[in-house]
Amino acid sequence: MKIFKKLTAMVMAIGVLIGSSAFADTVKIAFIDPLSGPFATTGSNGLAEWKFAVEKLVNEKGGVLGGKKMEVVALDNKMDGKESLIQVQVAIDQGIRFIAQGNSSGIANAITDMVKKHNKRNPDKRVIFINYSAVDPALTNDKCNFWHFRFDANADIKMDAITDVIAQVPSIKKMYLIGQDYSFGKAVAAAAEKYLAEKTSINIVGNELHPIGKVKDFTPYARKILASGADAVITGNWGADMVNLGRSLSESGFKGPIYCYYCASNGITGTFGAAGKGMLHLVGEGLHNPATPELTAYHKAFKAKYPKWDLSQPRIINAAQMLAAAINKAGTADDMVAVASALEGMEFDSKLLGTKVLMRAKDHQAIQNVHVGIHTDDVEIDYDNSGYGIKIFKTVEMASMDSATSCKMKRP
Amino acid sequence: MDLIIINIIDGLIYGLLLFMLSSGLTLIFSMMGVLNLSHAAFYMLGAYFAYQISLVIGFWVGLIVAPVLVTILGALVERYGLRRVHQYGHVPELIFTFGLFFVIEESVQYIWGRNMVPYNSPESLNFIAINLAGGSIPAYKVFMLLVSVAIFVALYYVLARTRIGMIIQAALSYPKTVEALGHNVPLVFMGVFGVGTGLAGLAGVIAGPSLTTFPGMAFLLGSIVFVCVVVGGLGSLTGAFLASLLIGWLQTFAASYNIGAADILIAMGYEYPKDVYYHPWRDLWTLTLPQIGPILPYLLLILVLVFRPYGLFGRRDS
Amino acid sequence: MANGTNNTMSMSSVLPWIIAAIALVILPFVFTGGGSITIMNQIGITIVLAMSYNMLLGQGGMLSFGHAVYMGLGGFVAVHVMNIVEYQEIWLPLPFLPLVGGLVGLGFATIIGSFSTRKAGTVFAMISLGIGELIAACCIIITVFFGGEEGISGDRTMAPPTFGIEFISQKEVYFLIAFWVLVSTFLMYLFTQTPVGKMANAVRDNPERAEFVGYSMRWVRFVSFCAAGFFAGVAGGLFAINFEILTELNLNLNASFTVLLATYIGGVGFFLGPIVGAILFTLLQTVIGLKTDLWALYTGVVFILTVMFLPAGITGFFAMHLVPWHLGRFGMLLKPYAKIFLPALMFVIGAVGLTELVNHSRHHGDEVLMSLFWVEFNTKSAVPYIVLVLLTAVGFWFSRLFAREVKEAWGDATFVEGQGR
Repeated sequence: MKIFKKLTAMVMAIGVLIGSSAFADTVKIAFIDPLSGPFATTGSNGLAEWKFAVEKLVNEKGGVLGGKKMEVVALDNKMDGKESLIQVQVAIDQGIRFIAQGNSSGIANAITDMVKKHNKRNPDKRVIFINYSAVDPALTNDKCNFWHFRFDANADIKMDAITDVIAQVPSIKKMYLIGQDYSFGKAVAAAAEKYLAEKTSINIVGNELHPIGKVKDFTPYARKILASGADAVITGNWGADMVNLGRSLSESGFKGPIYCYYCASNGITGTFGAAGKGMLHLVGEGLHNPATPELTAYHKAFKAKYPKWDLSQPRIINAAQMLAAAINKAGTADDMVAVASALEGMEFDSKLLGTKVLMRAKDHQAIQNVHVGIHTDDVEIDYDNSGYGIKIFKTVEMASMDSATSCKMKRP
Repeated sequence: MDLIIINIIDGLIYGLLLFMLSSGLTLIFSMMGVLNLSHAAFYMLGAYFAYQISLVIGFWVGLIVAPVLVTILGALVERYGLRRVHQYGHVPELIFTFGLFFVIEESVQYIWGRNMVPYNSPESLNFIAINLAGGSIPAYKVFMLLVSVAIFVALYYVLARTRIGMIIQAALSYPKTVEALGHNVPLVFMGVFGVGTGLAGLAGVIAGPSLTTFPGMAFLLGSIVFVCVVVGGLGSLTGAFLASLLIGWLQTFAASYNIGAADILIAMGYEYPKDVYYHPWRDLWTLTLPQIGPILPYLLLILVLVFRPYGLFGRRDS
Repeated sequence: MANGTNNTMSMSSVLPWIIAAIALVILPFVFTGGGSITIMNQIGITIVLAMSYNMLLGQGGMLSFGHAVYMGLGGFVAVHVMNIVEYQEIWLPLPFLPLVGGLVGLGFATIIGSFSTRKAGTVFAMISLGIGELIAACCIIITVFFGGEEGISGDRTMAPPTFGIEFISQKEVYFLIAFWVLVSTFLMYLFTQTPVGKMANAVRDNPERAEFVGYSMRWVRFVSFCAAGFFAGVAGGLFAINFEILTELNLNLNASFTVLLATYIGGVGFFLGPIVGAILFTLLQTVIGLKTDLWALYTGVVFILTVMFLPAGITGFFAMHLVPWHLGRFGMLLKPYAKIFLPALMFVIGAVGLTELVNHSRHHGDEVLMSLFWVEFNTKSAVPYIVLVLLTAVGFWFSRLFAREVKEAWGDATFVEGQGR
């Protein structure tokens, strides 16, 4: 019976912990991302960006619903699907109605699925899922639902932008596609095949997937890419897979550009340093150099408070402001149907990032300016405090504005 | 053809790196009868120590000092940790080294953070040494190759020509007799564990700039090292050497050639399905060799253990 | 367990089960707080898994690095069955789903056990590691069955209602899990009472003698392995019901490592050990995890200390005290325990505090204030550092001093004539 006593004490402790914050007069956003373990930097960086955005752009400007403060509650999902679902449930039980998550499309899939089921089963405790980073196209296509909103450009949109830029580079005749063997890597490859064929006459000389996080030495891949005679490489790799691929390529004598989705910040920019100069071409929204004066000031304030972190996920700036605007427009932070309806189709003028953002009603995908930038030390705002950063090379305005979606949105 | 030569060299570099890890592991096993599951963690420590030293003093000092530090740490772990657990039996020893892996991995993240760190090869080695068939081999890779070969020669010399080597050699074949002769003193245990982990540390020092120094590096390489020693035969240095090279080449060649299951199936007379992405056998049709390359060693591991539990060159069991 | 007469035996052995059943029923009404039922469900699943792992490590002496594989495979099939049921191709009420998972676990364990259990020790451990890596890799490659890294999801409420229950709320799921936890625990207890279960212990402790008695070690290991696979599969089925999704993360090496950690901290070889381990570990993860991002470091340190100083785990630590208790000398231990308690606590608070403080000032440099053990202070000032270093040092010194007394008292309390110490 000792066990049960122990359990009693412990669970009571949780109860106290949770109960105490349930009735405070703030609008809470549950931030569910890895805050411990190997992926914690991405999560912690995102949390800093969320906290700062909510503080600076919402609370300091009067909050929501006539003076209520917004608050970010951090919950660690340890980059684990099961743990994420537990944390979503904990957040719901605490009375939190907004779930923000971004790292890993796999986890986003699990959460959107759970939110859909939960909202159906508990109409009085519905929640909204703010996906600020997971870019698997399926989330706003086959797997879309009314409660999910994506603020990042998805993998297809980014590829649309990359290929727009590539089409203007006449020296690229042969392209090599390489990526991690999972849904996102496959989505990138499929989109690249489709858009390259539509827009250019570039020959795809290689299209392959390697196991995710299992390749120790990328040299053989680099050799193969060189042997294929490719002029450029497109990859969706992230983390160590990205760094090792880039490094092996440059060591093996590859001179062409690498178009990548996740080749900046979180130590990657610092690790590449001079070796990546001119080689890495990053696609993304909200790239900084050149930055609007508002963003420069915002960045300075951010760095003063969080010297270690970067504004590596600028869409968080939009997400925080648009959510606040939707709550104000709906006049409630409890009726999720009203808030979601207000967010749906919202047009937002982001002064900081110098872009319009449209939350497309038909699939809840944000449409915004997407840039392709180059890794260089000729920047105003750097990443990893390394002196290197990403300078905008080309901008595609309101990328994929009219793209099709297979989403069949069911509204309550 | 040129690509094959270059692949052979790449595979050799990688295989020799694996040998530096597996030689230490197999030495420890042959002396102490315990498979050090935390071995790769010491590899990681070597890289991080060297990174820290390279920040303050320079790469070349780190190359010498970091492995020494790892050796001392390994010896301390044996003296104050493993020796205590030894009395409880074999499985607890394994579990201890397993737990140690976790603690070291977490401690490294605690000290150096969770991002990858910019540990890079020295400026003096930042040039291209060999140009072959449009591909180039950087000087640093050649340096890695030379260090590995030097370690192999030194290890061979120590084991074959010196007294301590004799004892270790004897322990490989007649552990009980060596024990009875009074050689199996705790000091030798400590020394072997220290040197074994030190070798792993050295491997980390030279691999760090090439394979990236990041918190996941131990986990990434860890289980493959077990494959090397188990396939080669626990306790057999020759076996570890050959298995390391075998796995080095296996992984390099598997990644190099895009042989797809579709090619084989078509050759067997099956017809390529029209809409492959909705086909029930889509995974088979789209399977390629690089996709399964990294798991081939584990398949080899299981097969060897099932059909030859002592490994290819092993003579005795745990 | 002593050999009493049959009647009293059955009464005294049934009583704990009745108490456990009542406790399981009452629990959700005691802890109505948000999130607690979610956590209890998670604990229940971990209990079944950890107990099945104990059948391998604790009873059979087999160190497996791939036990989550059987749970994962059971869970995956369970989700697929859930989806088939949804489209009404077969009729299966939800409460029977864990049985499906169990049978799948059993099936795979039979196949893999047929060659992996030939040897124990390092060979078995390495095969389990290889299998773990292989199946986890297949998870990503074979998307038809495993769904890639997104996994496979289902909807539990689409099954035919059982006695009118559709398993919409967490509480309904809790009772289903509680039922299966009780049933599996009972069955696993029965297993330890069978000749094979008893022989497993003998094989672990003294293989040669066990062989002389006429039992094939390999057969005993194989049967234990299959049984463990079955219950791991049951846990997988429960997981499928509770989370309605299975991914690669459920059966990769990390998942297997987690089971090992939880079981070992609780105490291998004791029937209650894995239960204690599962509860503690889950709470460590969820409660401490809410408080600090260093929870994994603490878990690792606790694990290492357990291996070094309490090889029988936490349950073993309590079980150890049965000897002085039966000898009537428990009182002798109270004073030295009371004496060492305060310095030990000081040391732990000091060491943890220092670790957290350094971590905070290095990684959360933005926030000057932090709270530790309900005390808030400024991390930029030197005071907290001095206080914590003092706490650690003083605590450590006195702990060592009193540790000797504890050791002596322990020796006296367990001293038995004629047996030496």
